[in-house]
Parts: sequence; structure tokens; C-alpha cells
Amino acid sequence: MRAFTALAVAMAKGFVRDRMTVFFTVLFPIFFIVVFGFVFAGNGSSRQTVIAVGSVPVVDQLPSDARAGIDDVLELRHSDDLEAALQQVRSGDVAAAVEQRGQTIELHYSQTDQVAAATVRGVFGSLVNSANLAATGQPPTYTITSSQVEDTSLKAIQFIAPGMIAYGVAVGATFGAAMTLISWRDKRVMRRLQLAPVSTWSVVLSRVVVSLVVALVQLAIFIGVSMLPGLGLKLTSSWWMSVPLVLAGTLSFLAIGLFVGAVCKTAEGGSGLANLITLPMSFLSGAFIPLQVAPAWISVAAKLLPLGYLVAGLQDVMVRGQGPSAALLPIGILLAFTVVVTAVSTKLFRWDAV
Amino acid sequence: MTDTITVRGLVKRYGALTAVDGIDLTVSEGEFFGILGPNGAGKTTTLEIVEGLREPDAGEVRVLGMPSWPRNPALLPRIGVQLQATSFFERLTAVEQLSTFAALYGVGQRRVDEMLELVGLTDKAATRADKLSGGQAQRLSIACALVHDPDLVFLDEPTTGLDPQARRNLWDLLRQINSRGRTVVLTTHFMDEAEVLCDRVAIMDSGRILQQGPPAALIRALDAPVRISVERGALDAESARALPGAERVETDPASVVITTRTPAPVLSALAEADALAGLQVRGATLEDLFLSLTGREYRA
Repeated sequence: MRAFTALAVAMAKGFVRDRMTVFFTVLFPIFFIVVFGFVFAGNGSSRQTVIAVGSVPVVDQLPSDARAGIDDVLELRHSDDLEAALQQVRSGDVAAAVEQRGQTIELHYSQTDQVAAATVRGVFGSLVNSANLAATGQPPTYTITSSQVEDTSLKAIQFIAPGMIAYGVAVGATFGAAMTLISWRDKRVMRRLQLAPVSTWSVVLSRVVVSLVVALVQLAIFIGVSMLPGLGLKLTSSWWMSVPLVLAGTLSFLAIGLFVGAVCKTAEGGSGLANLITLPMSFLSGAFIPLQVAPAWISVAAKLLPLGYLVAGLQDVMVRGQGPSAALLPIGILLAFTVVVTAVSTKLFRWDAV
Repeated sequence: MTDTITVRGLVKRYGALTAVDGIDLTVSEGEFFGILGPNGAGKTTTLEIVEGLREPDAGEVRVLGMPSWPRNPALLPRIGVQLQATSFFERLTAVEQLSTFAALYGVGQRRVDEMLELVGLTDKAATRADKLSGGQAQRLSIACALVHDPDLVFLDEPTTGLDPQARRNLWDLLRQINSRGRTVVLTTHFMDEAEVLCDRVAIMDSGRILQQGPPAALIRALDAPVRISVERGALDAESARALPGAERVETDPASVVITTRTPAPVLSALAEADALAGLQVRGATLEDLFLSLTGREYRA
């Protein structure tokens, strides 16, 4: 137990003091979460600003519940200066300006921001339609209600956070295992440990436990950062299943690291191969790009890679509101992957570099 | 005296290469034993088999009365090993390296501080191991090998790459360890090191032990001539040739060199003639022994 603790402490210190590794496993994903979280924060949830020039009875006379619905998508400002309002539309400061002359509603918009233009035209189109319907005094024949299948607050951060957690864990565990193995073999620390009264299990287990702890710390930090005001990650009820998912993921990437360490003799070669595996895998697994917007073949690739299952599993339980059981299949696949790759790697493993 | 190490008929092959070709050796308790030879002689392979790191292809190895292969957990706490490269954990300070090894052997922190003191690294305790000088790193790795107070210490080329000053400091440390009753086995390719430190040496070349014994006895048995030199002005070549037992006389601008197998009468004759100015006496060295054993110059 004492030997195990001493080795774990030695490895943990080695990790914390390695600036490059800390950068890629902790700071780099945080950087992505913050940057993309803010850049894409506008998508879906932000409101378009519209200037109502003079009196616009169609809007002003809405019942309060209908008005609240409009307020969800539009921010209405009032102004009496049409020229100034049009100038603001042209410069892109507001989405549109609206005025009412008798029975005619005139909407001035700019096509520069097409999403904003479409939103504003749609909203005012339906506003006028319902006003027309109300003017006939007839009850509406058809009504539509719509509901989003995901959490209604689904924003960019909801995709970025699980992806970056998966990426950070993958890089941390792969490099952790590969670099320990290569550097210990190269410096003959492994031979030295063979001649100390320490069981192989203590050595292996200390490396595994350090990596698992690092992964849990990463999970806590990344969730914490993503939930900061401004980024606003909202977790769904089974988010706690991300803990076993991340642990299973860490094991599978330790196995990949073991493979890299078994195949590569030098630190340069090892870090090259580890990058060659983790970087493409991150892109093909939807850690950086949501699979929904990626080409179909990438979705197929994601089904073949352990990171793909980790990303999908994390998204299911953390943001898609799926039950705890949604994580079971990914966990099973990750563990099976671990067993297979570990078995192959131990066959390839050599004690000495020469 | 009990034998601390017994090796009989040891053979190790790597493919077509026979790295160790049937060697026998014994090391007694408390002895300072050196395995000496040029690079590629098979020293390190021999040492690693004795330590229990490698499986021999043939032969028997007993260390402290026990076989060392396969890995023998009962033996490990009683031996201390310094491997050829300085084997340290990444990014740990000197004291952290030593504490980690201490914990692996179940040894306390007080012993760590003592060891740092012994190897003179107390003021370098907080320095990362990779920032230490060559001599300091070697001393730290020796401290790591000794932290659990083993009965038997293996050192693989501990002074390679050190400057003369650091080498001499390390020799003092090794003598000190040996004088505390520890059996020390070291490999070296420095002849002078073996001569100065070792009670007994085994001279290896091409996987075989050419000769084994105390350095002085081996050199004496060589019956090599002694070279006596004095200042040029002290004596002319003619009278030098007339000295009793002088086999050959050479002169160069600085000195007269007399080669003899009976140095005593030559020296007393020189003393009588008051011709001892600038006297130097050079006996044979292990290098001469190596040359006579292999018929080739010693190349480390």
C-alpha cells in the first residue's frame, strides 16, 4: 500500500509539473469551451431587436399572454424617427423597423443577416394573420403546438461541453499512459522497479488510479466552467452517469496509451503516434463538430471509435435528458475495447528499449 | 568467509552473439569487487543476470545464498542496484526521488535525510533530478540504491561521464560505503578506478573472464619490467647502462629511463651515485595486464 501510494504521488507530481500535458488536458479544452460557448451563444436563444416607429396598434393592442410570446423572440423598442430607425437597420444594429399606416403594416429589414430577417418576417407574418383572423370574429379552425425534443434550452454549450470533456479525458489518459511507459522504459525506471520489492500490480494500478483521478478532476473542472454565467450549461437529470462514462472512457484511452507505449521506443515517436491517434479521433467522434452537421461518413466513423461512444454517451445523459440506462451500452463498449486493446498491447510490450 | 555471490558456467546469448560465454566468479562478504573490461565485454549483461534482471541461457547464479532468477522477492530488499543510466522519476526533486525509493522499500524519511547528507546533496534536496550535474546525479542514484541499507550493492559504471574531481569524490563515497561492511560490486572500464578501489577484479573481454584476483597480485604475476626515470642531467646514459639489473636505457631531452625487472638494486645504486633528481618509478598497470592477456591495446 505504501509503495502504491508513493508511486501514485510520484506520477501525480510528474503530471502536474508537466506544463505541456496540463495545457492539453486541462487548459486547451477550457479554452475551447469558453471561446465556442461565447461565440455560438447567440444560436437559437437570442432575441431579435425590432424598432416600432410611431404607433403600431397590431402589436400594441395584443393581449398580454400573446405579447409575452412575442417578447420571447423579439425585443421591441419604440421610436418616432423613421430615418434614424432605417439607418440602424442598414448598419445591422437592429433586425428590422416596423410602422403601421392604417391597415398596412410595413416591415423594413436587411437581408444581410438572413436568419434574423427570416425570423422577423415570420413573426410579423403570423402576427398579421392572427390579427386578420381575430377581425373576422371566427374561432380558428386549425391550431399548431410545437415542442423541441431536446432540452428547450439547447445551446451550443450543450454540445461543446460533453465533446470537450471527452476530448480532454482522451488526451490525458492516452498521453499519460504512453509517456509514463516510454520514459520509464527509456530511463530504465521500469528495470529499477523490477529490482525493488514492488508488485507489478502496484505499478500498473497506481498509473490507472492516477489517470482516473485526473479524469474526474477534468470532468469537475469542465462542468464547472461550462456552468459559469454567460456559458450556462444546463445538465439534465441523469448527468451523474457521466462519472462512470468518463471512468470507462479513461480505461479505454489508457489501453490506447499502453499500445502507443508498447509500439514506440522514444518519447518523440510516442507523442507523435498519440497525437496521430487522438486528433483525428476527436474530429471523427464529434468532440469538436456536432455529428448532426458533419458529413454522414463521419457519423459512421464515430460508431467505430471509442471516443465516439464517450461523446454520444455524455451528450445523452448530460444534455439530451436520457435516462441513466442510455450510458450502459457506451460503457460496455468502452470496457470491451479496453480489454481487447490491453490484451494486444501486453503482447507487444517489451521491458527494454533495445 | 561466506560467498555473497557465486556464479558458475554463466552463458547469455543474443541471437548469434554470445554476450557472456561461460563465466565463473565468486564475491565474498564485505569485498569490493570490480568487473573490468572495455565496452561490449559483457560486464553489464553479467551484472544484470546476477541482479536477477535477465534470465541466463545456462549456468547457476546464487546471491546471498538464493537464486536471483526468476525475480526473487526475498532477495530484493537485501540488494541495492544502480543501473547504468541514472533511473529517476520524471520531474521529481532529489529528495522526492529518494523518498519515493525509500517508500518502495518501506524506509522512513529520517533515513532519506541521512542518505542525502551522506552523498553530500542536502543543499540540492529541492533541485529537480534532471537539473543536477553529472556527479550529483550519480551520487543521487547511488543514494537511491543504498536508501534501504542493503547488504550488497551493484553499481554499473558509476563514474562514467564524470570529471576527474567528481570521480574522486565518488571514489571516497564508495570506499566509505564499503568500509561500513557492505559488499560492493561495480563494473567499470577505467583501469585506474579498479586498481584504486577494488579488493579483487575480474578482467573481462568478449564475454569471458580473462583473469581474476587482487589487482596488485595480478600485476605482480605479470612480471612486467619497471621503468625508472631520473632527470637528464643526473646521470649519463653510459653509467646508467652500467647499473646492476638495468635491461635497457633510453634517453629523451628531459630524462633518462632505465627499464629493469629488479628495481631495488637499481634504486640503491642511483641513491649511492646521488642521481635521484626527478625520480619517477612506474610499475606495470592493469592496462599492461590487459595488453598481455589479449595482445591488444586497451580501448575503453
